Amino acid sequence: MVAISPDTAAAWDRAGHARRTTVLLALVLLTVAACGLTTGAAGTSPWTVLADLLAGREVALADRVVLFEIRLPRLAMGALVGASLAVSGAVMQGLFRNPLADPGLVGVSAGAGLGAISAIVLGGFWPAGLAAALGYYAVPVAAFLGGWASTLVLYGIATRRGRTSVATMLLGGIALGALAGALSGILVYMADDAQLRDLTFWGLGSLAGATWAKLAAAAPLMALALLCAPMLARGLNGLALGEAAAFHIGIPVQRLKTVAILTVAGATGAAVAVSGGIGFIGIVVPHLLRLATGPDHRYLLVNAALLGAALLILADVIARIVIAPAELPIGIVTAVLGGPVFLWILLRRRGVLDL
Amino acid sequence: MLEATDITVRLGRREILHGVDFRARPGELTAIVGPNGSGKTTLLRALTGDLSQEGRVRLNGQDLSSLRPWVLAGLRAVLPQATPLAFPFTAAEVVRLGLMGGIEAAEADLVPKALARVGLAGFEGRYFQELSGGEQQRVQLARVLAQVWRPTAHGQPRWLFLDEPVSSLDIGHQLQVMRVARDYADQGGGVVTVMHDLNLTAMFADRVTLLAEGRVLAQGTPADVFRDEALSRAYRCPIRVNTPPEGGTYLLPHAAGQVAAE
Repeated sequence: MVAISPDTAAAWDRAGHARRTTVLLALVLLTVAACGLTTGAAGTSPWTVLADLLAGREVALADRVVLFEIRLPRLAMGALVGASLAVSGAVMQGLFRNPLADPGLVGVSAGAGLGAISAIVLGGFWPAGLAAALGYYAVPVAAFLGGWASTLVLYGIATRRGRTSVATMLLGGIALGALAGALSGILVYMADDAQLRDLTFWGLGSLAGATWAKLAAAAPLMALALLCAPMLARGLNGLALGEAAAFHIGIPVQRLKTVAILTVAGATGAAVAVSGGIGFIGIVVPHLLRLATGPDHRYLLVNAALLGAALLILADVIARIVIAPAELPIGIVTAVLGGPVFLWILLRRRGVLDL
Repeated sequence: MLEATDITVRLGRREILHGVDFRARPGELTAIVGPNGSGKTTLLRALTGDLSQEGRVRLNGQDLSSLRPWVLAGLRAVLPQATPLAFPFTAAEVVRLGLMGGIEAAEADLVPKALARVGLAGFEGRYFQELSGGEQQRVQLARVLAQVWRPTAHGQPRWLFLDEPVSSLDIGHQLQVMRVARDYADQGGGVVTVMHDLNLTAMFADRVTLLAEGRVLAQGTPADVFRDEALSRAYRCPIRVNTPPEGGTYLLPHAAGQVAAE
């Protein structure tokens, strides 16, 4: 964080506003998290359970299971996935110098999905030692590799002489996404019944399957990516001037790009591995924050993590209550919320896009 | 001191520069001139560390290729011809990007100071994208000024590299920007600038390097380099250098020169 004290900061400085937003978003996240813990098909109240636990009273097994084995891992998963999607969107937009870059839009999620599906379907072909060593981590690691490869290819396609073309990026992303989708389709055809069941659960785009074990497999990758992201902030700010000027002001551009691509791949890959395709968080959250507090990545990345987490938990709560006791896939909720916002961004910016 | 020896640059199969030698001293404004496609910008990019090339560039006695990007950024700043900006940063935020890695406490003062120096006092909170082309160019100049002004520990002279800094400006702002560069040189800094306008070059430069087809045609003071024969050969058109009795130098294409003389 910068060391401008409030008294020296001039009126044009948006840093104070951005920092106050961070506090506000943290409070919002806590509130939404409380909602996430209290809503659900079972009528369990976390507060009663908590009070009972503190008072040393006996808690019904059903209540304990609902709270600690279903709602809590689901909440943690929602927070991590939401933060990862929003941060990878923000980092990717900074890397491509374009507010429309989003892992879901430009084929990175599809690449990660292909990785995850390969791990599920082709797992039997792996050397036995490798499969045993990876265990639960096989799917997230494969998704990470898939996301990493597609980000790398996409950057290579879209960037020439340090300039990124929006049109090339979007079109290249569509082609990459289609290719990954087709390969995934072939793999689904090859899958046997047990694998198909795994695939269906995986592909729902839902937090419903969250368990501590699943979380433990993907959380390290997401946490690592989220911790890396703030270190990219200054570099991404400089990159807004283009690669040449970023080098001129002292940024090791090649290293920045490598770390940024790995961060995007790690966060997207792990998120896709545990929750399938959840769209629009990565594009809507950073855009709203840029409108509210400016594009400085030192604040944008932190705030995106908080808002992304809060938004996804909220979407999950909505998914659970609109057609209760059944559940809507969360991907539908984020699409209904995010689609219009995305269109609105497009309409506001179509004058400046070089399409 | 900036010394480049035997610089050869190839882009693809084409050789853009053929064994160019170049020198510039701190405290002087050194201009690189030449017709379109003569390799001016390529030479500048070789000097700023943007290109890999054959030959050697030494900045303040240190081999350019051995310096890490953040160390290099403490020794020189570069103003490119045009800098498109992603995301809605304000003018002040753009200028502050030049202070990256500097001493943070100095930031709050340096930003308005740099903007005021380029005639944009009060523009701090304006969105960069909403400024005119000329204003954007001057905000970028303020950014590189902030970069060479920011306090550092090494005490070596710092260098400003400018690539056609006045090409998108009106005549008043051309003079203003050239004066900023001139003042920086007068205070002991080094300035190397690619120039299109030979008259402004004659007015402000201490040394001139004339390039043509990737080779140095002439090097020296403006009076040495700006001669009818050398310029006409480089630009492939008749040029007359005029030195009126009241002082100064102005250059005109031959035909217009004859009209003026009549």
